[in-house]
Amino acid sequence: MFTRQPIAPLEYTRRWSLRAWVALTMFFLYAPLVALMVFSFNDSRRNIVWQGFTTKYYLKVLHNDTLMTALLNSLTIALFATIISLVLGAMAAVMLWRFRFPWKSAIEGTMALPIVVPEICFGVAMLIFFAQIGWPMDLPWPFSLGAITIAHVTFCFPFVTMVVRSRLASFNREQEEAAKDLGASEWQAFRDVLLPHMKPGLVAGALLAFTLSLDDFVITFFTSGPNTITFPVKVYSMVRFSVTPEVNAVSTLLILMTVILTTIALYLQNRMTENSGKGHS
Amino acid sequence: MTTPQPIIQIRNVTKKFGQLAAVDDVSLDIMAGEFFVLLGPSGCGKTTLLRMIAGFELPTEGQILIDGQDMVGVPPNKRPVNMVFQSYAVFPHMTVRDNVAYGLKIARTPKDEVRDRVEEALGLVKLDGLGERMPDQLSGGQRQRVALARSLVMRPKVLLLDEPLSALDAKLRAAMQFELAELQDKVGITFVTVTHDQDEALSMASRIAVVNKGLIAQLATPSDLYEYPANRFVADFVGSVNLFEGRLVVDEPEQAVVDCPELGRVFINHGVTGPHEAVVHIALRPEKISLYRHGEAPPAPDAPVGHNMADGVIKGMSYLGDITIYEVLLPSGQMMRVSRPNLSRFDQEDFTWDDRVSMRWHSSSPVVLLA
Repeated sequence: MFTRQPIAPLEYTRRWSLRAWVALTMFFLYAPLVALMVFSFNDSRRNIVWQGFTTKYYLKVLHNDTLMTALLNSLTIALFATIISLVLGAMAAVMLWRFRFPWKSAIEGTMALPIVVPEICFGVAMLIFFAQIGWPMDLPWPFSLGAITIAHVTFCFPFVTMVVRSRLASFNREQEEAAKDLGASEWQAFRDVLLPHMKPGLVAGALLAFTLSLDDFVITFFTSGPNTITFPVKVYSMVRFSVTPEVNAVSTLLILMTVILTTIALYLQNRMTENSGKGHS
Repeated sequence: MTTPQPIIQIRNVTKKFGQLAAVDDVSLDIMAGEFFVLLGPSGCGKTTLLRMIAGFELPTEGQILIDGQDMVGVPPNKRPVNMVFQSYAVFPHMTVRDNVAYGLKIARTPKDEVRDRVEEALGLVKLDGLGERMPDQLSGGQRQRVALARSLVMRPKVLLLDEPLSALDAKLRAAMQFELAELQDKVGITFVTVTHDQDEALSMASRIAVVNKGLIAQLATPSDLYEYPANRFVADFVGSVNLFEGRLVVDEPEQAVVDCPELGRVFINHGVTGPHEAVVHIALRPEKISLYRHGEAPPAPDAPVGHNMADGVIKGMSYLGDITIYEVLLPSGQMMRVSRPNLSRFDQEDFTWDDRVSMRWHSSSPVVLLA
């Protein structure tokens, strides 16, 4: 006969109360998202009652030129913001980790400021800033995206710095000395030893920066002009008219995109950490 | 026979961290082909000295010459020395082969030569066939061999080793002591090792410099260091020792007598040429003392009556398998450490707690320390 083992003190997963709690949490977190995705296939102008399955709203989305332009804008901004943030953030991380200099902790603190300052303040500040310096609004694409890209870099690169810095904390400096001892110059030691160690941090930082930039609404809203609508801003303006299944379809695509990106980045990161051990030899 | 040439000359080197002198006016010659050990407690400055040879620290004052060349202004990557780090510092993202080949690739050595020399180095440290492994697939001992091979493949004039065996377990450490000495013999490269472990130093070194508080307390061969310590620090740090304060009452070319309040009169079979009536210390190694049951002891073998003898009560015992260490309480209240080899499996003469015992020693055993 199949007999049940009594539940051991630490086997929380076998207690119904905990299972129920987990189920409830999951429902609370994901029910809205699931509903959003399901109704993107709803064959109805209005979004409330299920009328039948269709994919026509996806086709409609793909043929919506302004929406596609907005998506292209968003991806371009995210790409450049990520690249610039990565370089700046990694440099800042290495500097803060490697050197001691006056006002170091103050500089460290101010660097984290964009993370804690309310986005709305940041957005307004950016709006005033670009107006004050007279940033040209009529540049040809993709230079027209410059202002938004700069704004995105300011709040993205501190995240890169944080992630890379915590990765650097586990670096064994004797490795760098060993490289130099074997004849490597400062640059060669950085390239061959420190950079490979930083890689998982760089990947995670880049992913963070990319997704932050891609779905930023508040700051972008203040810095975008009529010709530089981004994807989230466009979605917002669509919702202002009415919440059609088209909005659902767009949102589903956005979710899909971020999930795929995250999965790829996590996969890459896992593979790299496996290769590079745990930082210490 | 050619006289050995100094490969490393350290001249009046001082290294200060702030006000603290980690290395204090040290001068030292290390000969080509030597297995040289810097021995000392942690924080004594031995690692700083090693790192100055490697070029990772710069002397505050003084000069370091390697193979006759002044190393001032020569960065670590241009020095003809290589280092095995305490953590081994094997590059975790490279295979064993890439690790070992790293220095040669930086030096733009032709591919064929790199391959041959890497294979040779891997063979030297007995890692043949493990070239494709990643470091995290290796044991601690194997990783150390990678670090060794990575340095040896560069054919340095001097190989520096920072606490090379401290991370290994006791059995492996003992085996590696022999292997390192053997390896050094084979490649003929000068080894300079830093360690705090006196067993390690005694078993591997051709010469040892005992470092204390930034100064060299004594520079000698292992046996001289053990049998003729120059001062109390060395006597105490290298091996186990009983130290007694006393007054030098007789000091002639062929004999000397020290009167120790806590041990009685100690007869030594040679002169010490110290100032008369000077306060000195007697160092007596535990294994150089014979233990007898109280009242059954013969007179001291080669000393006048009443010298080189003490009575006491066993207050502590520590059985180590090959030897047993007894702690004997002297009437003066001082403890005396005596060790005895366990020559047979069932020792009829076995001593135990609270046994009253007598001790004797040869007149050649005590060392008179003036400092």
